Amino acid sequence: MPSAPKTSTPAKATPVTGQQAEVRLLDSISPQRHALNVRRRESPDAYLFDLLDAVKDPEIPVLSIWQLGILQDVYRHEERVTVVITPTYSGCPATSWISQQIVQQLQAAGFAEVAVEVRLAPAWSTDWLERSARRVLREYGIAGPQTTACPQCGSQHTRRVSEFGSTPCKALWQCLACQEPFDYFKPL
Amino acid sequence: MQQTQHTDPEALLARRLGDDALVMGQRLCEWCANAPTLEEELALANVALDYLGRARFCYAHAGAALDRTEDELAFLRDAAEFENLLMVELPRGDFAFTMVRQYLLDVFELLYFAGLSQSGSKGLAAIAAKTHKEVQYHLRRSRQWLRQLALGTTVSRDRTEAALDELWGYVEELFAMDALESALVDAGIGVDRQALRADWMLEVEGLLSQLELVKPAADWQVHGGRQGVHTEHLGHLLAQMQFMQRAYPGLQW
Repeated sequence: MPSAPKTSTPAKATPVTGQQAEVRLLDSISPQRHALNVRRRESPDAYLFDLLDAVKDPEIPVLSIWQLGILQDVYRHEERVTVVITPTYSGCPATSWISQQIVQQLQAAGFAEVAVEVRLAPAWSTDWLERSARRVLREYGIAGPQTTACPQCGSQHTRRVSEFGSTPCKALWQCLACQEPFDYFKPL
Repeated sequence: MQQTQHTDPEALLARRLGDDALVMGQRLCEWCANAPTLEEELALANVALDYLGRARFCYAHAGAALDRTEDELAFLRDAAEFENLLMVELPRGDFAFTMVRQYLLDVFELLYFAGLSQSGSKGLAAIAAKTHKEVQYHLRRSRQWLRQLALGTTVSRDRTEAALDELWGYVEELFAMDALESALVDAGIGVDRQALRADWMLEVEGLLSQLELVKPAADWQVHGGRQGVHTEHLGHLLAQMQFMQRAYPGLQW
């Protein structure tokens, strides 16, 4: 996995708490995500991206498919709109549901001809997440992918209960300070 | 079906890899409502989903060239037309058997899909790169379970060794090459399975000896999956899996 370009030197070896983690995250935008952001910003069909911001992940309804990095591209050629998505995990059942939502959303906006293309390469990774996604996840009660601190109380004193959780993209963890179980968005 | 002569070899490899993944995924699904703990239930189902997703990608890729839909490939072929490895069709057995099989397979798949991700076929390389990431995660868990079972109780240890004994003769088929795959290696599309054996042995023998598990003698081996010659177990698996499509052809969810 390519490491993120460093725009500034982070403070040395301070223990990572919730707030400090956020400061560090501002420095770390992956090259993949950067490319995605540029694509949207420079797209002549940027309004189509805007329309698709309404499509959320059914399992994590606070995040859009754009924030998750599932939405890779969208463009219009005459009457036909093509949406390129990439699945998070091969067998993720949400992928087909998301495709349906994309078609519905665009059709409701007046685009009759919509094609959804599933692209596998380059493979999705948590590097595709939009920067704000990490904060949104934590506020929603999901930790990670870069920290296993408890999203409820912020304690670092946590343990893994299971490598797998309620969806393919998550693992099950528990906080030993407040005892709450929580989902951890696993790095891929 | 008579297609080995005249159809696209790359599509046949994709279909074969799809068969491996579909049958393995179906076996893992059988743990639903049968797993020892809720966490393991989730884990087994999640791994199964990865396999089913992989099967779909492989079948979609193969189907485009073979003019078959994913559903036709999965649900409308009989046992003799499936070319999956025999190891994956064996009944799930007890939890130790399931985890030992998973471990032996995960180590292999890690090597195989790393190789296939460099394939000259863009389609196969993309599927392999995606798969490789997931396999790394599967292996982390199956390796951990092998440790836990081997160092657990005498019962878990005995069952682990019994599973190794039962599975060892199916290992060689992982590395077997045939005309189809050899030709694809020459074309820069396939992976030389033989070349993966040394690394596989290094990892597996290393872990077995670390855990002081007896490595079974390599005094028997079974082949046949790639030629459509299967154990009696595959027919039962297919009967259950294919029932709906056979009874209600073209049924959609």
